[in-house]
Amino acid sequence: METIVEVQDIHKAFGSLEVLKGASMPFEEGRITAIIGQSGTGKSVLIKTIIGVMDPDRGEVFFRGEEITTAPAERRREIRRNFGYLFQDSALFDSMSVYDNIAFPLVESLGMRDRKKIRAIVEEKLEWIGLPEVGRKMPAELSGGMRKRVGLARTLAARPEVLLFDEPTTGLDPVLAESINDLIVRVNEEFGITCILITHDIQATFRISNAIGFLYEGVIQEHGTPEELSRTSHPILRKFLTNSFADLGVAG
Amino acid sequence: MSDSSDDRPSTHFLLRPAENLGRAIVGTLEELGRFFVFLGRVLRALPRRPLRWKLLAEQMERIGVRSIPIIALSSAAIGAIFSLQITILLGWFQAETMVGAAVGITLARELAPVITTLMLIAKNGSSMTAELGTMRVTEQIDAMETMSVDPVHYLVVPRMVASVLVFPILTGLANVVGVTGAYVIAVEMMGVDPGGFFEQLYWYVNPIDVVSGLIKASVMGFMMSVICSYFGFYSDRGSKGVGESATRAVVTSSVGILIADYVMADLMLKWLY
Ligand SMILES: Nc1ncnc2c1ncn2[C@@H]1O[C@H](COP(=O)(O)OP(=O)(O)OP(=O)(O)O)[C@@H](O)[C@H]1O
Ligand SMILES: [Mg+2]
Repeated sequence: METIVEVQDIHKAFGSLEVLKGASMPFEEGRITAIIGQSGTGKSVLIKTIIGVMDPDRGEVFFRGEEITTAPAERRREIRRNFGYLFQDSALFDSMSVYDNIAFPLVESLGMRDRKKIRAIVEEKLEWIGLPEVGRKMPAELSGGMRKRVGLARTLAARPEVLLFDEPTTGLDPVLAESINDLIVRVNEEFGITCILITHDIQATFRISNAIGFLYEGVIQEHGTPEELSRTSHPILRKFLTNSFADLGVAG
Repeated sequence: MSDSSDDRPSTHFLLRPAENLGRAIVGTLEELGRFFVFLGRVLRALPRRPLRWKLLAEQMERIGVRSIPIIALSSAAIGAIFSLQITILLGWFQAETMVGAAVGITLARELAPVITTLMLIAKNGSSMTAELGTMRVTEQIDAMETMSVDPVHYLVVPRMVASVLVFPILTGLANVVGVTGAYVIAVEMMGVDPGGFFEQLYWYVNPIDVVSGLIKASVMGFMMSVICSYFGFYSDRGSKGVGESATRAVVTSSVGILIADYVMADLMLKWLY
């Protein structure tokens, strides 16, 4: 397996709050890799530096071996076209219909002008997420789970090689969360897209990901396959995992 | 959570005012720096393709067409009030017919652009900030960036160009309606001779008076749109963030355009009229 994205020694502070203090991790092509960690540890900040919405104070981000953070703006924009990002709260454009939201990256990012082609792609994506009827609706009319799926359709429309998911299942009920997890697996299997996700949902993560990294105190403490992580001797990760799977014990 | 703020040595209480003043100055300079970086981004994005005609038309409709009633109403009121006061004043010198010229010149040079701009700041400036602020807070602006679309080019440039074009048009409207308001009060109510009213108006008001007002309006439209977009663009997270930004945007742009108006008036009095 080849490394497609890699972060090295990422530092990021907001004022006196040091969030990332040297996070490093490789992400393999065609795999699902998850980053787990407590709330507020900087998981979102880390993947925002990957896609370049946020600049790290120090450290490097590589895409296929090319360093991104010091590349010229034009080159960065080009590289960014290979990425898709599903925001924690979907970040749909409120002023546009669902249809226009999905067409947005086609028109604005890929420069497509052919209306028929655009329509075909938008309809195909809506079909794919299982919401063929919502094209005319405004984002405000959708439920949280539907917004997530429309957000996914919008990022897929631009045909990214790497898709970043920021807590795709947080705030959804278990059934909906399950359907989103299924969609992530399908994105990975059907399109071969590399998926990088952040999540609180430890159990689902262990089920669907090929690799997992544990972020704590601004550093990726451990990373490896789910099996490797489940045998960890890192005390805090142990505790973190025991707590998460204890919940499962109670529920099951 | 570490208490890093407690690590800092505390200032002697007598020095605290100086420390606070220092902080305020540094904060203001930082904000100004960030504003000029933003202004630079807007100016650099301006000539870039594609031209987004649809977004421009949309903004012109919102800022322009939908502001016609409020601009007409306020300029009619200002024209009428000004005419009422000035006719009485001119009456002391038996020069009531001069009212047309007095109202015409002041409206063209000062009142029409300033009133138009203040009304538009209240009506469109605050909503510009609120709209962009909401987009910032809900990560819609970040989402645009992840799709390799420059949000300054997509969101700010159409608002700026629309303001620069629409402000002078509405100022022109304010001139016409304001003079009409003045005419109604002076001629219909206070018995000024209508022939004299227009004769003086044509004699004293030069095209340059009107044009200078329209130029002012364009500059003010530019200022308002950039300042209000700036405050929206850098809104803080949280519910208080957007509302507070909108208030600051309105205050800053109002004060800013009044200062700019004074500077422009000074320059124009020296070089233009
Ligand atoms: N733009 C910003 N400005 C200031 N502070 C920020 C900013 N973005 C994030 N932070 C701070 O950085 C820290 C980490 O935030 P981040 O959103 O990455 O956490 P997270 O691990 O994603 O948590 P959650 O699971 O709750 O989403 C938080 O304390 C947050 O307040
Ligand atoms: Mg987060």
